[in-house]
Order: sequence, then C-alpha cells, then structure tokens
Amino acid sequence: MKYLNEFRDGDTAQKLFREIARVTTKPWALMEVCGGQTHSIIRNGIDQLLPDGIELIHGPGCPVCVTPLEMIDKALAIAAKPGVIFCSFGDMLRVPGSEKDLFRIKSEGADVRIVYSPLDALKIARENPDRQVVFFGIGFETTAPANAMAVSLAAKDNLDNFSVLISHVLVPPAMEAIMTSPINRVQAFLAAGHVCSVMGYWQYPALAERYGVPVVITGFEPLDVLDGIRRAVMQLEAGTHEVENAYGRVVNFEGNKPAQEMLRRVFEVTNRMWRGIGMIPSSGWRLNEEYRYYDAEYKFEVNGIVTKESSLCRSGEVLQGAIKPTACPAFGTVCTPRSPLGATMVSSEGACAAYYNYGRFVNIVDMATA
Amino acid sequence: MSWTCPLPLRDYPNIVLGHGGGGTLSAELVANLFLPAFRNVAIESLGDSAVLRVPAGRLAFSTDSYVVRPLFFPGGCIGDLAINGTVNDLAMSGAKPLYLSVGFIIEEGLPMSTLGEIVEAMRAAAEKAGVQIVTGDTKVVEKGHGDGCYINTAGIGIIPEGREVGPGRAKPSDAIIVSGTIGDHGMAVMSVREGLEFDTIIESDSAALNGLVEAIFGASGEIHVLRDPTRGGLASSLNEIASQSNVGMALHEHRLPVKPDVQAACELLGMDPIYVANEGKLVAIVSQSAAESVLRAMRGHSMGRDAEIIGTVVTERPGMVTAKTKIGGTRVIPMQIGEQLPRIC
Repeated sequence: MKYLNEFRDGDTAQKLFREIARVTTKPWALMEVCGGQTHSIIRNGIDQLLPDGIELIHGPGCPVCVTPLEMIDKALAIAAKPGVIFCSFGDMLRVPGSEKDLFRIKSEGADVRIVYSPLDALKIARENPDRQVVFFGIGFETTAPANAMAVSLAAKDNLDNFSVLISHVLVPPAMEAIMTSPINRVQAFLAAGHVCSVMGYWQYPALAERYGVPVVITGFEPLDVLDGIRRAVMQLEAGTHEVENAYGRVVNFEGNKPAQEMLRRVFEVTNRMWRGIGMIPSSGWRLNEEYRYYDAEYKFEVNGIVTKESSLCRSGEVLQGAIKPTACPAFGTVCTPRSPLGATMVSSEGACAAYYNYGRFVNIVDMATA
Repeated sequence: MSWTCPLPLRDYPNIVLGHGGGGTLSAELVANLFLPAFRNVAIESLGDSAVLRVPAGRLAFSTDSYVVRPLFFPGGCIGDLAINGTVNDLAMSGAKPLYLSVGFIIEEGLPMSTLGEIVEAMRAAAEKAGVQIVTGDTKVVEKGHGDGCYINTAGIGIIPEGREVGPGRAKPSDAIIVSGTIGDHGMAVMSVREGLEFDTIIESDSAALNGLVEAIFGASGEIHVLRDPTRGGLASSLNEIASQSNVGMALHEHRLPVKPDVQAACELLGMDPIYVANEGKLVAIVSQSAAESVLRAMRGHSMGRDAEIIGTVVTERPGMVTAKTKIGGTRVIPMQIGEQLPRIC
C-alpha cells in the first residue's frame, strides 16, 4: 500500500524517537488535536516510547465525542418516527443519548441504517420516494464537503424526501477556546492534517501569533505523528511559534478551493455546543437559509428535548486535556466501551476508548518491557 | 456454478409455502433437488432419522447456523459456508468429520434456481471435504420473514486416539501459528454488501480445513490448540484461548499475514483485520519444539501456503493478548465489544 507502509517503518521510527530525545531538554505539553491522531498514538504505542517529559494531551478532535447530547436526542426522536429511514456513520449508533442509543431505537423497530457516505443516503432516498430519508451529518471540516455535496445534489433534483441533521463543528475556534481556557496546559499544537487538507492552513498564522503557540500540521501514520512531535519540540526548545506543515503530501496552504467554495455556498457559521466542553462561539456550521428545507431540525420540529448527562462522566475534562482517561473514577469500571457513560468511550477515536481498547488500564511500564 | 432445474420443480420458479408443508410439494423438492445432490445410502432411506455406522472412539458433535447476507459473495455462498463452517468446527477438535445434517429455513419467493445453486455449492463443498449429508429438514416462512435462506448444519466426526486438543491446553512458550492471510472472508462480504463498492474484488477464503488439520497432526503430536477464527476474527479466538488456558499471548504485528487489498479495504473502513472474520483459516498452538515442522507441513498444504508463526504463549498477563507494534510499542488486543460487521457468517 503506497503512502501507508512507508510511513510505518520501524527503523525510521526509532531514528525519529532518538532525534526527539536528543533535542528535548525540558518537559513540554503538546496537544494532538484530532482523534485520529490519538488513535494512532495509542494504537502504535508512540507515547510509550517518547522521552520523559514530552506529554501528549489528547485534543477534542473526535466528532462523535463532541456532538452535543441534545443533537443525539434529536436524532433518536427523528429516527423513531414512522416512515423515516435514518442513515448514519456506524460509530454514532452506540453513542448514548439521554436514555437510549440508535441501536436501541433500531431494535425497537426504527429503520436505522449504517452508511459510509451521505451520498449513499441520497441514493437510498432516490430508491425510496415514499419514505423520508435523514442523514446524520456530523463531523469537522473534513466530512462537511460530502454533506454539502449531498444537500446541493438533493436541491438540484428537487428531492423532497431527503434531509440532513447537521451538527458540524470547526477546529480553529476550538483551538482558540483551549488556549483561552484557565486550565490550559497546551504549549504546542499538532494540527489536524485531514481538516487542513480541506481548509488549508491560512487560518493558523494569526492563532500562532496571538497565543505564541507553535502549530505543526500533522498526519496520522506513526512517522507522520513522530515528525510532527519532532518539529513541535524543536520550535518549543528554540522559543519560536511558527506554523509548519509536516503533512505536505496531503496539505497545502490554500486547501481544497472547490470544496471550500461548496461549503460557503451551503453552510453558515453558527454558535455550537460541544459535548463535554460547552458553547463555543462561531464554532459550527449549519445549512444556510437557501438550503434550510434540507435541514432535518426544521423539517421534523423535534422540540422539548430535556437532556441528562451522567453525573460520573468526566469526558469534558478529558476532551480539554485536563485529565487523562485513567484519572476518571468511572474509567474501566462502570464506564467501558460496552456500556459507555460518555461519548469519549464510544468512538474508537475517543481518548477513553483508545485507552481502554489498547489496554491502558494495565501497567504500561510492565507492558513496554514485555 | 451451473444448475438446471429438473422437472417437476419447473412448475414453481419460486419457493412457495407448500414446499415446507410436508405434502407433495415437499416430497418433490426432496426427490428432485436434495436427494440427487446429497446422494448416499443413509439419506436415501428417507427415514425419520439417518442410521449410521461409526467407528469406535470419541465422537465430536457440532452445530452452526448461517444467516449471511448477501447469499452469494465473491469466493463463495451460504451453501459452501454452511458445509465448511461445520466441517471446520469438527476438525478444530481434532476430529475427522464424517456426517452432516442440513436444516433449511427458506423465505417464500426465493427463486428455485437460487436454491438450486446453493444446494449445488453444498454438494461440491461436501464432496471436497469428504463428508456426507445424511439427514435434513426444510421449512418455508412467509415472505418478509427471512433473508431468502437460512441454513443450519450439524455434524459429527471421530477423534482418532492420541489427539488431545482444546482451548484450555495452551502452555507458556508454545508457538502461535496462523494458517494464512486474515480478514479475507469478512472483507469479501463487506465489499459486496449494500452501499459499499470497491474497485478490486476481494474473495472469501471459505474452505474446509480438515485436510490441513490431518497434515498438522501428521507433522507432530505436540498440537495443543486448534481454532478457526470466524466471527470476531483472530483477536477473539486468541482472547478466548488466553482466558481458557490462563496464559498470555505475545504477538508480533509485522508477522500477521494480511493481503494488500484486504488491508487497504480495512484502512478505508477504519477496521483492523485482526477482528475481521475468516472462513478458511485456523490458528494452531503447538509446542515450541514442534513449531518449525508444523509450519513446514502447513506451508506444504494447499490450505496453508501463507502460514506464519505470529507469536508465543507467555506466562505474563494471563487472559490477555498483546502485540509488539511495527514501530516497537506494545498494545493490548482486547476482545471485540460489539458486532462491527453484522451478520457476516
């Protein structure tokens, strides 16, 4: 597999580990923004092999995790309506709402289908003209273009049985919220490579400047992550705060212009609740006036939802990097991927699930020497 | 696959409720479809049960139900899956599989030609595995109450003297050997399932493993555990063995054999091939001293060409499976929680 295997090479990884150890003179705290990076770090055991003092804080970049509870409850309410075919990415099905999840609703008779693209949902809508087909459109800037495309195709064909329940969130406002939080410890960012493949990184120089924080656009394979860490540590050691692109094979400064143009045409910026974090101003997208007809929130008018979060779950602090998953008393005891209390335990990109699935409840020192 | 609908079944291009009713239509189905395909002395007596002569010794007995969707996929169909699956379950206890029963639950409206092709695939698979289908049953459910066709098979086999294998018998220092590439079946089914289109065709590995098992026992008497990692993949099998034997399992990720197209499809879907189903692979846990000769014997058999030693049984962390990652870290490979791939076998 070209572009994957060469970024997983063990010998090169060892060289990068040695290089990082060589340039590190004091402790630093880096945040990998994206959940895909967290998954890769934990799956490959990158954090086990970094020099003492280099701490990776797991960022809020898991769309499943930060989708607000109210939106999950809306999804459950819409999916339960007779005649609706509710389509979703697979890992949303186990995300706990206030009382149920989509799997439960499905077992109770709702037509909930796993799809791999909003365009698959559009196809289902065309094949079922007598049914209302709703796609659960969540995610960051990475998944937004496909949703915008599905909506604009539906509009072009005047398809009146297709809509999307949109809960898009945006990365740069979240990074800003982290930097202004009173509990922030982040000193450098490994920015989310795939978000930048769509959006470019023209938004970051201002952020790096304002908060004096190095930003390194970073990929997802082990060598990508290690190179991102290496560059961030070198900047921290040198006292600089530049924006660097360590994912040049995928990302350029401008990003994907046609995709951005489509996003501008279909979406507008809105305030958005982030599960576990709270309201972040101007941190989301919703369909604009012209495409509101395809917005499931308007089409189905699901109101009067009262949400109820678990009182034990500390996923908010995990999402902001304030605590490690293992510091939560519920971790691995009452909260496991089998019966998750919060979304960070559901998605494989959630920090809690990554820690649990890759065995971070056992003694890591003991494991690393095995 | 070729199958020509015999008379008088041609009067019914689709299965009707009467084909499961026990009357003339049922009898015609048995006489014109099942008997010609499964022809043997025991089934032709058409008694309420098959009467079998079996050699002395220990009997292995297993059953499994098959609800795969779609019914046909690259590399196989529900018919060969239903034969191979039960043959393999028997073989994993060290048995030589002998006789199978077959129960069909058919949805009204299933094209007769589809059933014919399934039965033909079962005949061919049984012949290849050297087993006889000696008794059966057919029920038809109303349209909308099934996915075309479900099949249950049960089977018996004889375990030769001296073979002592079981999931609780893995011992520290044993070698863990997998018979070939993992994840083929699960990704083959995923790739043709509704809404998923890949450019390359990934074929299921559906196959009977009793021949390979004989080759393994021919190479060494030091075979401790045999397992065919179906649902839940290799990860689930190894976790079950680790907890039943109260040992740890230390794998080397870079030694896991995975076909490039299976790996690519897994990357695309965010899956790990170690959790994806196989239908023609086994994992053997054998004493360290026998590892090389067993590996040679497996590689010398058509079902084990890509066999690899993937790790070692250890005393540390009993009940857990860990893997050294390609970059030198360590990770735990836990039991899979839910059903990542609903109904793939």
